[in-house]
Formats: sequence, C-alpha cells, structure tokens
Amino acid sequence: MIQIRQIHKSYHTEALSLHVLKGISLEIEAGEYVSIMGASGSGKSTLLNILGILDEYDAGEYYLNGTLIKNLNERQAALYRNEMIGFVFQSFNLINFKNALENVALPLYYKKVSRKKRNIIALEHLDKMGLKDWAHHMPNELSGGQKQRVAIARALISNPKIILADEPTGALDSKTTVEVMEVLTALNREGITTIIVTHEPAVAESTRRVIHLKDGMIEYETRESNGIHVPSRHAQIEMI
Amino acid sequence: MTDQLHEIWGTLKKNRLRTTLTGLSVSWGIFILIVLLGAGNGLKNGVMQNFSSRAVNRVNLWPGTTSMPFQGLSSDRQLYFTESEMDFIRDEVEESGLVTARVNSNQTISYGQEYGSYQVRGVMPNYFDIEKLIVAPGDGRFINPLDIKEKNKIIVLDKRVSDLLFKDESPLGKHVKVGQIMFQVVGINSKLEQWGGPNTYIPFTTAQAIFNPGGKFYQITFTVDGLVTAEENERFDESLRSLMARRLRYHPDDQQALWVYNAQSEYVETMKIFDGITFLVTIIGILTLIAGIVGVSNIMLVSVKERTREIGIRKAIGATPASILKTIILESIIITTVFGYIGLMMGIGLTELVHFFMEQAAGAGAASNEPQMSVFTNPTVDVGYALFATLVLIIAGVVAGYLPARRAVKVKPIEAMRQE
Repeated sequence: MIQIRQIHKSYHTEALSLHVLKGISLEIEAGEYVSIMGASGSGKSTLLNILGILDEYDAGEYYLNGTLIKNLNERQAALYRNEMIGFVFQSFNLINFKNALENVALPLYYKKVSRKKRNIIALEHLDKMGLKDWAHHMPNELSGGQKQRVAIARALISNPKIILADEPTGALDSKTTVEVMEVLTALNREGITTIIVTHEPAVAESTRRVIHLKDGMIEYETRESNGIHVPSRHAQIEMI
Repeated sequence: MTDQLHEIWGTLKKNRLRTTLTGLSVSWGIFILIVLLGAGNGLKNGVMQNFSSRAVNRVNLWPGTTSMPFQGLSSDRQLYFTESEMDFIRDEVEESGLVTARVNSNQTISYGQEYGSYQVRGVMPNYFDIEKLIVAPGDGRFINPLDIKEKNKIIVLDKRVSDLLFKDESPLGKHVKVGQIMFQVVGINSKLEQWGGPNTYIPFTTAQAIFNPGGKFYQITFTVDGLVTAEENERFDESLRSLMARRLRYHPDDQQALWVYNAQSEYVETMKIFDGITFLVTIIGILTLIAGIVGVSNIMLVSVKERTREIGIRKAIGATPASILKTIILESIIITTVFGYIGLMMGIGLTELVHFFMEQAAGAGAASNEPQMSVFTNPTVDVGYALFATLVLIIAGVVAGYLPARRAVKVKPIEAMRQE
C-alpha cells in the first residue's frame, strides 16, 4: 500500500536549515495497523504529512497504492487525498460554524455528491460512531471524545484506503483515549490501513507495529508478531 | 450550483455584521452613481424641455442698423425685410424648411363690454409648427394658406385672452374688434408662452394690409434641416449673413446689420455641456464604486486570512484549488450584486420619489396658470442603467474577489491547521 524509499526532507528558514527526515525507507502493507513514535522533533509529523500528501519531500520516492507521488499539482494532490486518505488530527480540525452532520458530509461535497445523499451517508457514519443524536450539534457543544469521533466519521465518509491520525488522543483524557482507540482498532479490523503518530506508549500498544523515529531516521521497529512488542517498556528504558 | 450557494450562504451568515458593513460600501457606491446620474438627467431633461417647447432647429433673423458704409451707402441705415426676403429664404436657402414672417402690432381687442391690449402677430401658417402652438380638439384651427391668400380677417386668440373676453361663452365664430376692424375668431391657442404675455395671431398678409401699409417688417423665422454639429451651424450662419448682405446691401463684415439667432447651435452647445456633465457624473460615480470594490476586496482578504484554518481543513479533505477559488470569487460576487442591487433600488427609489414630488409641484404650477419654466425635470435613470450596473457589479465582484481568492489558494493545509 505504502512504499517510501530514502525520503529526505528539509525545512529552510532564513536563519537556519533543518534536515528533518534523513533518508527514511518504509513499507506498509494494506490493512496494517502501525504507529509511529518518537520524541518531538524526531520528524514523525513531517513523515505523516508526506504520507498524507499534505507536504512534499525533497528526495526519495513515495509510492501510494502503486502510484508515484511526486511533484503533484494541487489538484491531483487534492484528488488523491479525497480518494485515498482520511485524516484524524489532534485538534480535531472541525469547521466550527458547521454542525456535526455538515462536517462529516463535507468531503462528499468536494466529490460532488448531492446534498441529500451525502447527508444520509453522513448520518449513517455518525450512527456508527454512536453520535446520531448529536448530528445537529455544533462542534463547541460536543466533548473532546465526541469531536474526535465526528472527525473520524468525516475521515471515513469518502471510503479511504488509509487513515492517517496525527496524535488523535493528544487532546483527550485517558478514558476517552481508550474510546477513540477502540474505534480506530475496530476500523483497522475492517481492513483499513491505519497509521497513528503518537508519543503515548499506551496508544502505540494497541497497534500491531511500532516504528520508532529518532533524529529523522528510523531507530528501530517492533512488531506484535515478533513477540517483543511492548512499547511502554521501551519508553521507560528510553527515559532512563 | 445551488449546493455551492448553500455553502457560501453558510459562511456569509456566520459573519453577518462584517458582510453587511462590507456590502454597504458597494450599496453606497451604486446609490451615489444612480443619484448623480439622476441629477444629471434631471438637469438635462429640464433644459431639453425648455428647448423642445419650440422647434430646436429654428433660426430667427432681425434686420439691424448698418455700422459700415457699403457701396456708396452710408452707415446707420435701418434695414428691413420685405416679402421678397421671405421668398428668397424659402427658395434660395437650401437648408431652410418651414418659413414664417412675423409682424407685430399692439392693439386693443374688445368683445362686448370686455377689452384688453394685446400684441397682435401677423404670421404664416408655418408659425404654428415652429413655435409648437397647441390648438386643442374642439378649439378650432390655426391660420391656413387660404387665409394668407385671401387676407381673411380672422384671428386666433390665446386661451387666456379668450377666457377674459368671452368668459364662459364659446368664442369660435364670434367677432372681436381689433383696433377698429372686426375679426372672426377661428381658433384658440392653449400653449402657455414662456416669455411675454398672451398673444393673438392673424394672417401675415392681413396684418401687412391693415396694420403695416408700408410693407416693411422686422422678423423672419425659419427652420433648418441637415445641420448637426456646432461647426456646421456656425458655417451656415456665416453664409446666411453674406447671402443676406448681397440682398440687403450691407457690408459682409457688418455684424450689426443682421441679427441671427440660431437656436440649434445653442442647442448643440448645450448638449455638449450635458454630455460633459454626464461624463463627469459617471466618472465620479464609478470612482465611488471603485472605493466600494476596494472595500470588498479588503474585507475578503481579511476574511480569507481569518479562515486560513478552515480553508486548510477543506483542502486536507479534498477541496481542489479551483473549488476554493470559485467559492471565494462567488462569495465576492454575491456580496457586490446583492448589496449593489440594494443601492440601485434605493437610488432609483430616491430619484423616482423626487420625480413624483416634482410632478405634483408641476401640477400645482399648471393650475395657477404660470408659464412652465423649469431647469430640473424627471431626474430618473433608464432601465438600461440597471442592466449596465448588473454587469458592472458582477465584474466588480470578480475583481474584488480575485486577489483574496489567489491568497486562499496558496494556503498550505498543514501550516493552516497548525495555527490555533
């Protein structure tokens, strides 16, 4: 599903140039459940943005579902994002003057689905998230967990192959964190490739593969299938 | 399309106050444009009306007193017309149309116990069309060619004269005494004169025979055709002077020997002034409108900046640059056209209101029997302007929305979503 080879990315400001990704190669199969961990500044969000075609990379290759994603114009990028990828963000990124239903339905507006039809589909997705009764509430009337579930419903409405979640639980308490992770895990079980950027070991533990980044390179990775998949312990070791 | 409008309506509704204030600048611009154009039109219509109460293409000739000796003739000669000059103008001056001579005398006109002193004008039938007199149905007729030929002793009275002499009686067919001679009343003119008191009209030939046995007279009026520009009129006046100079035998450079009043050249000059006024007014209006457009553009820019995050989110979930561009520009067009039309309606409303009250005042003026002299009439604008304005507003919307829309398209989703 995702293949990246020797991806490099630098940010240039007037004062300094920052080499954020220093040659990352990675392969993620369809249906995998992956988390990306690392200290802040390790380049994990940058990597996610590149995977989500929200950002460009300087060197290397990125194949998404067999297509080389390089130097796309904005229209093509928008098309791939709309077709392939659903985003979940730490700060939810709901549009605050639209109610839950309208927020969920928005991706279909850009797919030119009629208003009536997309509202029906949006309501189904909200129902799946257990938020049917909250469909006509504005984002500021919803709790953090509800907002994130609305955001997940919005990410899912265009039937993406991949869910990219950037610190999806970063703004949530531990109870709602568990709720949201259950939702994401359930989605992965339905076959959607799910990639989560997080710094919380507990979140990483629910995924089946954990990629650790350090200073723009992959330090190591663990897989549940290999039996040494206990990120919390590694995290403790790191802290020591 | 309706979907898109729905989407835009949502964002406009969210910023109701800002949208309204922005829109009002456009309303104001259009309002000023319409009111200024209306005022310009009012002035133009008013002056036009004063012009059109008589034939605009008429030329008046009065013989003067020579100021230069010519061919052995001394200066200070009083010149005069005879009937042959009238024939000359009719037959030899190519541009001439309707021709009439005019001879005036003041006479006492009486009927029964009533009498008054009025100007009696001896004129030709053409006088009617040149001065645009009005003989209402049932009010008889004006002087006709047969009257001229037969030197009929008939008279056409002004409405006010007939009201005074005849009270409620019908004057048609009755005889009035003009000086010492009886004239039969054949018609009543109900046009209110702009200058001078009420006049009465008799056939030119009759007037010459009875009141002006010498045959000299001092005014010829005729219409000219085919002269459009001021230059053409000027050239015509010059050639008329030199033609008449040969006939009346005065020095061609003698400016005091013949007085020429060409209403048309004055008309052309006046129209030029009004074209200038209209142009100026349009420029002022459009500049005001541009101020409105800049306002809209400015606010759209602020709006785009404020909505950077929202635009970023939209892009992340699949909005194409084209759709963002279209949304912002459409939003701008909607603001300018909706508020522009409000301004248009207010402007038209105001001009129509002024028109309405002026009509009322004019109605009251007519009742008091005062002559109609107005420099301001019907200060309204054509429907054509509304169509023109619509086009201007749409273009304005596109212009105002373009820069902000470009800005919105350049928004980077990640950076946009990072800012809180």
